[in-house]
Amino acid sequence: MTNAPVAETSGGLTSNGRAGWPSGLGFDRSARRAAVAILMALIFWHLGSTSRQWLGTSLPLIGSVPAPDAVVRAWIHLLSDPGYWQSWLWSTVRVALGFAAATTAGMPFGLALAANARFRSTVFPVFELLRPIPPLAWVPASIIFWPTQELSIAFVIFLGGFYTIVLNVVGGAEAIDTRLIQAARSMGASHWIIFRRLILPGVLPSIGVGMEVAIGITWEVVVAAEMISGGGSGGEASSGGGLGFFIWNSYVGGAYPDIIVGMISIGIAGYLSSAMTRRAVAYLTPWKKRV
Amino acid sequence: MNAPVLRTSMRGAIEIYDVVKVFEVRGVCVPAVDHCSFSIRAGEICMIVGPSGCGKTTLLNAIAGFHGIDSGSITLDGTLLCGPSQLVAPTGSDRIVVFQNGALFPWKTNLDNVAFGPIVQKKLSKKEAHEKGSQLLAQAGLSGYEHKYPGELSSGLQRRVEIVRALMNDPAVLLLDEPYRALDALSKSVMHEALLEIYYRTGVTIFFITHDLEEAIFLGHRVVVMTSRPCRPKESFTIDIPHPRRYEVLTSRRFRELAAEISAAVNEEAMKSFTLGEREG
Amino acid sequence: MPDASPGPNKFPRDGVAAEIRAIQSRAPGSSEDCGGTAARKKPSFLSLRLYYFGRWLRSPKPHLMLLGYASLLAFWYLSVEVLRLPRFAEMPGPTAVIHEWLSPSPTFGVSIHTPVYYQHILISLQRVLISFALATALGVPTGLLLGWSKTFKDYAFPIFEMLRPIPILAWVPLAIIMLPGSELPVLFLTFLASFFATALNTKLGVTSIDPTLVLAAKCLGASPLQVFRHVIVPGALPYVFTGLQISIGVAWFSLVAAEMVSGQFGLGYLINTSYTMVQYPTIIIAMVTLGAVGFVSSVAVRLIGNWLMDWRGRQLSLDNRR
Repeated sequence: MTNAPVAETSGGLTSNGRAGWPSGLGFDRSARRAAVAILMALIFWHLGSTSRQWLGTSLPLIGSVPAPDAVVRAWIHLLSDPGYWQSWLWSTVRVALGFAAATTAGMPFGLALAANARFRSTVFPVFELLRPIPPLAWVPASIIFWPTQELSIAFVIFLGGFYTIVLNVVGGAEAIDTRLIQAARSMGASHWIIFRRLILPGVLPSIGVGMEVAIGITWEVVVAAEMISGGGSGGEASSGGGLGFFIWNSYVGGAYPDIIVGMISIGIAGYLSSAMTRRAVAYLTPWKKRV
Repeated sequence: MNAPVLRTSMRGAIEIYDVVKVFEVRGVCVPAVDHCSFSIRAGEICMIVGPSGCGKTTLLNAIAGFHGIDSGSITLDGTLLCGPSQLVAPTGSDRIVVFQNGALFPWKTNLDNVAFGPIVQKKLSKKEAHEKGSQLLAQAGLSGYEHKYPGELSSGLQRRVEIVRALMNDPAVLLLDEPYRALDALSKSVMHEALLEIYYRTGVTIFFITHDLEEAIFLGHRVVVMTSRPCRPKESFTIDIPHPRRYEVLTSRRFRELAAEISAAVNEEAMKSFTLGEREG
Repeated sequence: MPDASPGPNKFPRDGVAAEIRAIQSRAPGSSEDCGGTAARKKPSFLSLRLYYFGRWLRSPKPHLMLLGYASLLAFWYLSVEVLRLPRFAEMPGPTAVIHEWLSPSPTFGVSIHTPVYYQHILISLQRVLISFALATALGVPTGLLLGWSKTFKDYAFPIFEMLRPIPILAWVPLAIIMLPGSELPVLFLTFLASFFATALNTKLGVTSIDPTLVLAAKCLGASPLQVFRHVIVPGALPYVFTGLQISIGVAWFSLVAAEMVSGQFGLGYLINTSYTMVQYPTIIIAMVTLGAVGFVSSVAVRLIGNWLMDWRGRQLSLDNRR
C-alpha cells in the first residue's frame, strides 16, 4: 500500500515509492502513539464527564456524558445479565440473516444485470429509481405489508445490503478484462465454463468489497430498525430486543451508562463482523494482494 | 577520446564513490547497489544500461535524494550530496528527474506544469514564468498546447513537456529514468533527436537509464553497462561517433561495431538476471 | 536562451522543433493539411448533451426503460387494486396515491398543492445541507491530514476507527442527552455519518496519489506545504468527490432515521406520523419525494465535481469512458 508520501524516518521512499522504514521500529512507534492517543481520549472523557464535580459547572457537551468508571461498572453488571446477551444474539442473528439474504439475492440479480443488456435496460432504471429511498423509509410500508414485525424488519435490513451488493456485482462484472474472455473463447471455452471459471472468480473481489460495505450498512439498518420499531414509534416491548432496542430502552429507563455499554457493544460487534467478512473475502480471493 | 560538445558546460560533474544500498523487504535484506563507483563529467551524456531490476533506478534515486545510501558518497561539482555524515541527499532543482511513466500534474495545464518550478521556488513571478514557459514550449515545437491538459496529449508530447518543465529550472543534471520506455519506435526516434537538440543548446549533463542499446549508443558519449542485481559498473564504453548526430548514424558501420561490442557485455548480465526471474520493482 | 556557440559542427537542420512549427503553420483544409493540426470548433456543452440524448433516444434503451417502469406500476396496480392479493390488502394503490398527491384538497392534508408538503421537504433538505456542509468542511481537511501526515494518522486514526463502527442511530440517545433541543441531535447524527464517509474517502484519495508526482514536485523545489497545496489537494479531489456522493447518500439515510425517531417536521417524520395516523397514501408520497430529493442532491454533487475537475472529464472522454 502506498502510505502517505511523507517519510519521517531516514528510510524515505524506495525506488518505486513504497515507504521503507526499518521494520520493527516503525510498527512499535505507531502502536505507541495509538496507545497514547487512546489514553488521552479516556482522560479527556473522564475529566469532561465529571466536570461538574471538580470544575463546578458542567462542560457543554461532554459534561452530560456518563463517566467512564460508571460505564465500566454498568458493563460488569451487564455481563451477568442474560438479557444483555440475548440482545447480542438477536442483533447478530438479524444481521446474519439479512446479510445472507442480500447476498443470495443480490449476486444472481447483479450477474443477470451485467450479462444481459436487455434485462439491464429494463430493470436497472427501476432499481435506480427505488435506490435513493433510504431503507428506513420503507419501515412503515414494510410493516403494513408483512404479517409479522420480524419479517418487516428483515425486509428493510435485506434492502440495505441488497443495493450495495448488486451495484458492486455489476461494477465487478463490467471490470473484467474482455481480453481474458476473448482468450478463453479462443481456447474453446463454452459459455458455462466462461461463467464458472472466469466471470465468477473475476467478480469475487468486487463482491468482496460490496460485502464489506454491506455488512456495515446492515448493522446500521438493524440498529435503526430495532430502535424505531421497538422504541421510537411502536413502543411494543415484545419486539424481541436486540442491541438497538437495548440502547433505546436504557435511555427511556434512565440507565445512561448502559447506553454507552450498548454503543460500545455494537461497535465491537460491527468491527468483528467486518473483520470476519474481510477474512472470508480474503479466503475466497487468495490471488488479491492485501493492503 | 572525447566526443565534442557544442556548448561547454561547467556544471553537473557527478562523482559516485563506493556506494552501497541495501533494502529490507519483509525482514530480508536485498542489496540493490554494491560498492558502485564511477564518475560523470560535466556536460557529458552518460547512458546507464543494465538488466531490469538491477538497481540502476536505485542509484538514480540516491542521486536525486529520494532515498539515502548506506555507505559511500555522491558528490556534485565537488559538493557532497550524500555521504557518511548525511545519508540522504536533499532534493533540489539542480538534479531534476524525468520519470518513466511521466509525472506531469494532470490537473494543471501544460503551461502551469512547465512554470511550476520557478514559481514554487519564487525565482520568477507567475507572469514571467508563463512567458518563459511559452517561449521554451515554442522552442520545443509545442506551441499551441500551452492551455491543454497533459491527459489530452500523446505520451511522446507529454515527455517533451516534462523535459521543458525540467529545463525551466536550469538544472545541472537531468536524471532520466527510462523515459521513452513506453513509446513506440517511431515516437522514440523523434524524441531522441529532440533531446539531442536540447542538449546541444544547453549542454546540461544527462544521466540516462535505459535498457535499449540503440538508444544508448545513439545518444550517449559514454555507455556504462551495469551488472545484474546488486549493480556495479561492469564496463564502460566510449562512443566515439562525433556529435552532432543524426538518425543516419544508426546505420553507420561504427554504430554497428559498437553495438556488437556492447551487446556481448549486456547479454551476459541479461541472462543472469533472467534466470533469477525477479520482478523489476 | 543563448544561441549555440558556433563550432565546426553546427547542427545541420533547423531541428525537430522547426519542422513541427512548419507543419503547424500549414493552412488548415489545404492539401498539405494533415488534418490533425487543424483547429476545430469545440462543440458547445449543450449541443453535445443533445447529441448524446438523441443517440440514446434512438437506441432500444428508452423503450426498455419505460417497459421497466410500466411493469413496476402495473405490478403495483394489479396486486393492490385489481387482484387484491392478500398481503397487499392494506397497501395504498397507485391511483389512491397519485390522486392524493395531485389533489388540491387532499384527504390527509399533504399534496403538491399544500404548503405543508413543501415545508417538510424544505426542512429535511435544510438539515441535510447544513450537516453535509459541516461534515465536508471538517471531513475533507481531516482526511487530507490523515493521509498526508503519519504523525496525525498515528494519533487520530485509532480513535476515528473506534468510533466509526458504532452505527449512527446508536448515537441517538447520547445525542439527545448531550445536545439541547430536538433539532441539534438530528443535525449531529446526520453530520456524524457524513463526516466519517467524507474523511475516509479523502484519506483514501491522498494515499492513492501516484508517489512519483510528489517526487517530481520535490525535484522542482517545492516545500512540503507547496506539495500539499499543488499535488495532494488536487490529486485527492476525484476521490473526495466520490466520497461526497457517498456522503450525501449516507446523510439522507441518517436524517430519515433520526427524523423518524426524534424530530419534528421533515420527510422522515412525515412517514412516521402518516403511519401512526393511518394515512397510508401519504407514506408513499413521502417515500417517493424522499427518493427524488435524494437523487437530485446526489446528482448535484456529482455535477459540481465534474465542473471543478475539468481536466479529468477531458481525460476520461479521451479514454472513451464518457
